[in-house]
Amino acid sequence: MLIRALQDAGVEYIFGYPGGSALHIYDAIFKQQRIEHILVRHEQAATHMADAYARVTGKPGVVLVTSGPGATNAVTGIATAYMDSIPMVVISGQVPNNVIGTDAFQETDMVGVSRPVVKHSFIVKNPEDIPAIVWKAFHIASTGRPGPVVIDVPKDTTDPDVLAPYSYPKKLKLRSYNPAVKGNGRQIRKAAAALLAAKRPVIYTGGGVITGDGSEALTRLAKRLNYPVTNTLMGLGCFPGTDEQFIGMLGMHGTFEANMTMHHADLILAVGARFDDRVTNNPAKFCPDATVIHIDVDPASISKIIEADIPIVGQVQSVLEDLTTSVESLVSKNPDLPDQSALTEWWERIGAWRASHGLDHNLVIDPSRPILPQHAIQSLYRATGGDAFVTSDVGQHQMFAAQYYRFARPRRWVNSGGLGTMGFGLPAAMGVQFAFPEATVACVTGEGSFMMNMQELSTCLQYGLPIKIIALNNQALGMVKQWQDMQYGGRHSSSTYSDSLPDFKTLVEAFGHVGFKVENGGDLDAVMDEAFSPALKNRLVFVDVWVDPHEHVYPMAIKGGSMQDMYLSKITSSIQGDYM
Amino acid sequence: MRHIIAVLLENEAGALSRVVGLFAQRNYNIESLTVAPTEDPTLSRLTLTTIGDDSKIEQIMKHLYKVVEVVKVVDLSEADHIERELMLVKIRAEGEAREEVKRTADIFRGQIVDVTPNGYTVQRSGPSDKLDAFIRAVGKLSILEVARTGVSGIGRGEKILSV
Repeated sequence: MLIRALQDAGVEYIFGYPGGSALHIYDAIFKQQRIEHILVRHEQAATHMADAYARVTGKPGVVLVTSGPGATNAVTGIATAYMDSIPMVVISGQVPNNVIGTDAFQETDMVGVSRPVVKHSFIVKNPEDIPAIVWKAFHIASTGRPGPVVIDVPKDTTDPDVLAPYSYPKKLKLRSYNPAVKGNGRQIRKAAAALLAAKRPVIYTGGGVITGDGSEALTRLAKRLNYPVTNTLMGLGCFPGTDEQFIGMLGMHGTFEANMTMHHADLILAVGARFDDRVTNNPAKFCPDATVIHIDVDPASISKIIEADIPIVGQVQSVLEDLTTSVESLVSKNPDLPDQSALTEWWERIGAWRASHGLDHNLVIDPSRPILPQHAIQSLYRATGGDAFVTSDVGQHQMFAAQYYRFARPRRWVNSGGLGTMGFGLPAAMGVQFAFPEATVACVTGEGSFMMNMQELSTCLQYGLPIKIIALNNQALGMVKQWQDMQYGGRHSSSTYSDSLPDFKTLVEAFGHVGFKVENGGDLDAVMDEAFSPALKNRLVFVDVWVDPHEHVYPMAIKGGSMQDMYLSKITSSIQGDYM
Repeated sequence: MRHIIAVLLENEAGALSRVVGLFAQRNYNIESLTVAPTEDPTLSRLTLTTIGDDSKIEQIMKHLYKVVEVVKVVDLSEADHIERELMLVKIRAEGEAREEVKRTADIFRGQIVDVTPNGYTVQRSGPSDKLDAFIRAVGKLSILEVARTGVSGIGRGEKILSV
């Protein structure tokens, strides 16, 4: 019944791990062909795979785990998807209804445990309810602001001996769930007028533009206006990172020019972004001169951290299209809008910021010095022609990848932005590779994050996933160490382990894959090219790049300050200079 | 400021825990909470009182709406409304105090619903501040036990909260 409903929901892959309470379901999987089940090595990895599959395809990812430890192991991945608004349906086996509450073997209150990190959850009471529950789960997961939905399935409701009528609904009406689609017309006209009246505008866009398929509409509007665009970590790729109008990522490790542009703007058009603390720095000092237009499908995101002057609730794509129409009609009445001389002056200021402290995308490797992590990302960018799917883990390498890999298209950059889950990168790359078997998929990781889910190397061999793993190995938990350097007097409390690291080359070879180790800058490009060469197209390749362990990520926001307050290197900050 | 928020939600298992969980999860405060089915058995009505500034209340309302089982939300304190709470108080009343307690109950329009040789149980309904006033008047020393239902409320006039 359950598997039939999943087939009717259009499911292609289930990522999962069997166990007692899920065995009826696994037997049903065995007896059919339409859905392929991917056996992982740990349930957390299954959730990240389904999550990444959803991020790159836009379709909900599906996970199947057993009760108890299977379910609790999935929680980290569910929370990861929840924080980044990723559509996912997680099916957890449960002990039979008649023993729920008796502390039975492998019993956990999954609905209770997962409640704060799901968009919604269901527990099945009767087998005949399954089709409608599955329909609702997929509907809720993928509409409005997407998110994970849990279906907890007690074993008795999947008993093959219990026959129940099956009918998969075409459409159900949920009186308590009606996410907004169209934005309010009056608000949109107001926003268009404000947008055209701006002298120092900036477009600040987040992951919502990607999940809401608004990239095209956004790019059209931004190009039409010639306004600067900055992306959040989650939004990278929603506007081409290679475009002149793109001023880089903003926030804690955003570019100097993006943060300066935000701080000095008189108008911010925020689209599908949520003014996260990693973006705003101190909300009380946030962008003092700016009028804020905020477009989001989730009303609760609007005016949560920063009061919006013009809030618009609706689907990003539809609102952006209406906004563009509204802008065009205003311009046709008044062709002098927007003020081009003000805009030219604004671009000159931004250009000066970029020239003084922007990121250098043409770094030259000095073979006599340790490899910088930035070099490795630049080398990856070159070797993949800037067009790979890139997943990342969490830490310094994640920030370097975000800064130096310029994503030209949406749904190419896959990372755990909200929850910051170490161990996400490898399983995420696997989910992407399942979605696009022919595509080039690179996982940028650190040796710390990688070791959190490296058991999945075995799954990669089983399913022949030719992922390219680029590990920036600094022999430490780099971001923790950076904070300890900057805020804790250089006391590296539990952030180093250089005397106990495995030889990753041998390790991946033991798993049946190909490994390289790069210690000299002079070898970097050649190894990177080999990793992505046709000869290794069908192999998983792990490139262990030994990078300078002392390197920090800059710019870095100065805690408690405004967006223009940044450390620019170990010895300089924006406060020292006059960049007004 | 104190707000009274009324919520219509699907009368389903787990719906209440989602609402209560939301408050714990987002560090919102619940002063009181009542819940019971409505005339439509598929719907429950929940009334809660909470304290917060306008932006906090706005966030609470928005997050309540996001709970999939929540059908309607209204902040009753935004307009004229009726607020009622029921309280049962067990009061020690011996000797001369018996008359005094009875008089106080009468003044506050409380009803004595149970009598023992040593005390009374008084029932009183009304807005929460009136119940507080009764407790103050009787005095802490005489009060043995208090059971309050929490606030229930409804808007005045023609306006109704329904699906």
